[in-house]
Amino acid sequence: MGEAIVITSGKGGVGKTTTTANIGTALALQNKKVCLVDTDIGLRNLDVIMGLENRIIYDIVDVAEGRCKLSQTLIKDKRFECLKLVPAAQSKDKTSITPEQMKDIVDELKRDFDYVLIDCPAGIEQGFKNAVAGADQSIVVTTPENSAVRDADRIIGLLEKEESVASPKLIINRIRNHMMKSGGMLEIDEILDVLAIDLLGVVVDDEEVISASNKGEPIALNPSSRASIGYRNIARRILGESVPLMSLDENKGFFSRMKKLLGMR
Amino acid sequence: MANKLPLVTIKGKKDGLILLLNDRCSYEELISELKEKLSGQGSYFHEGPLISVKVEVGNRYLTKEDREEIQDIIRSEKQLFVAEIVSNVLSKDEAEELRKQEQLTTLRQIIRSGQEVMIEGDILLIGDVNPGGKIMATGNVYVLGALRGIAHAGFKGREDKVIVASVMKPSQLMIADVISRSPDIINDGNRVMEYAFVDQQTKQISVERLQTLFRRSLESAERL
Ligand SMILES: Nc1ncnc2c1ncn2[C@@H]1O[C@H](COP(=O)(O)OP(=O)(O)O)[C@@H](O)[C@H]1O
Ligand SMILES: [Mg+2]
Repeated sequence: MGEAIVITSGKGGVGKTTTTANIGTALALQNKKVCLVDTDIGLRNLDVIMGLENRIIYDIVDVAEGRCKLSQTLIKDKRFECLKLVPAAQSKDKTSITPEQMKDIVDELKRDFDYVLIDCPAGIEQGFKNAVAGADQSIVVTTPENSAVRDADRIIGLLEKEESVASPKLIINRIRNHMMKSGGMLEIDEILDVLAIDLLGVVVDDEEVISASNKGEPIALNPSSRASIGYRNIARRILGESVPLMSLDENKGFFSRMKKLLGMR
Repeated sequence: MANKLPLVTIKGKKDGLILLLNDRCSYEELISELKEKLSGQGSYFHEGPLISVKVEVGNRYLTKEDREEIQDIIRSEKQLFVAEIVSNVLSKDEAEELRKQEQLTTLRQIIRSGQEVMIEGDILLIGDVNPGGKIMATGNVYVLGALRGIAHAGFKGREDKVIVASVMKPSQLMIADVISRSPDIINDGNRVMEYAFVDQQTKQISVERLQTLFRRSLESAERL
């Protein structure tokens, strides 16, 4: 029996879909059986980031409405045998599926996969309720902006009310280089101070994320990119390894920060 | 019955009058004697400054209408005003309300964006109020944590209530009907343990170090 993890944020454009694609890819790199589920009905794009849009025949609404079996919607990844995608419908809206139907679908997937990663749409309405319905765990993605943190806080409040979902973990996405080097850690501390949940990982802001997504090849495939290391570390933490946050940063930054802490300049 | 005990006794004190009203006779008897006594004093009260009157009704329960009637009768004497009417008796509802207003509710949680907590009486929150979150009480608000959202004390109108926080960085404070937004009250931001109150001189919310709160309670005790 696998584990279903919903990836949410409240605010749009903070990197839920990118995070889902990359954690999924990083877990597949570790030979885990992973299924990505796109619940952003009407605005699907997980398939685009994975480079799989040309292979879609059936989608999740087709399953809900009984036009096909769940297994028929599963799209095989280009690179990994163990990675699959259940695409969202592009022409329907969030009400064309119910939370009960979502839960049934996720429960069925959990039988065949180690991890079911659910990409949640923005907002707190029906789309959110659908995405959360079958989840055991939850991840909240935010960026270091007040508005994103505020929305993350709202979502955490809602997730904490969901009895079947474990308390959410945080990913801070798009941390900028100079933030990490000069007092950027303080910014992370401030966010953690307000949200008061466990930090699962941080991912730097990296142009390569965007170009990789445009090519349909998640950045996690590229071992040298800094964002990729962030996603891979998150995957390792999900698998239960304890990976220190520091290993994300370059040594240079780490030592200069240590010096600062010790009062040597 | 010439030497019947009087139902209404008037006592003079240096800061006003005390009216002792008998609590065994019927209400109607009492009212008629009260009217008689006051008008019987004739022009006695008509000169000089305003005189404050404290009414003690003993073990008699008074409805809101009864209280108003007694006040009206006393007020009809130009120089008198009613400072308070004291009864030893409370209705069950009043007692329950009083208990609610006096009680302290302890909550252990973070009040997150979009969440609201409303409490009758005082509230002790062990946790933070985040931006976009709101904590309200008819009594005092004590936050053992960071107050970054909105807090409203004395929410049914009590201006003497306070807001206390370990870290006072609110987006808005309200006490009774007095509102203050954060730029008006934020100090250097580095102090810990502060409280907000309505400054009775300026009728605005001020923030002080928590250590000085006891002085305020002393002052208000002296005023009574
Ligand atoms: N770490 C990152 N560095 C740079 N760009 C990023 C990063 N994460 C996400 N993005 C970009 O931000 C945009 C929004 O991301 P997306 O995953 O679609 O957000 P959401 O699903 O939350 O709406 C995309 O253009 C994506 O490529
Ligand atoms: Mg998305």
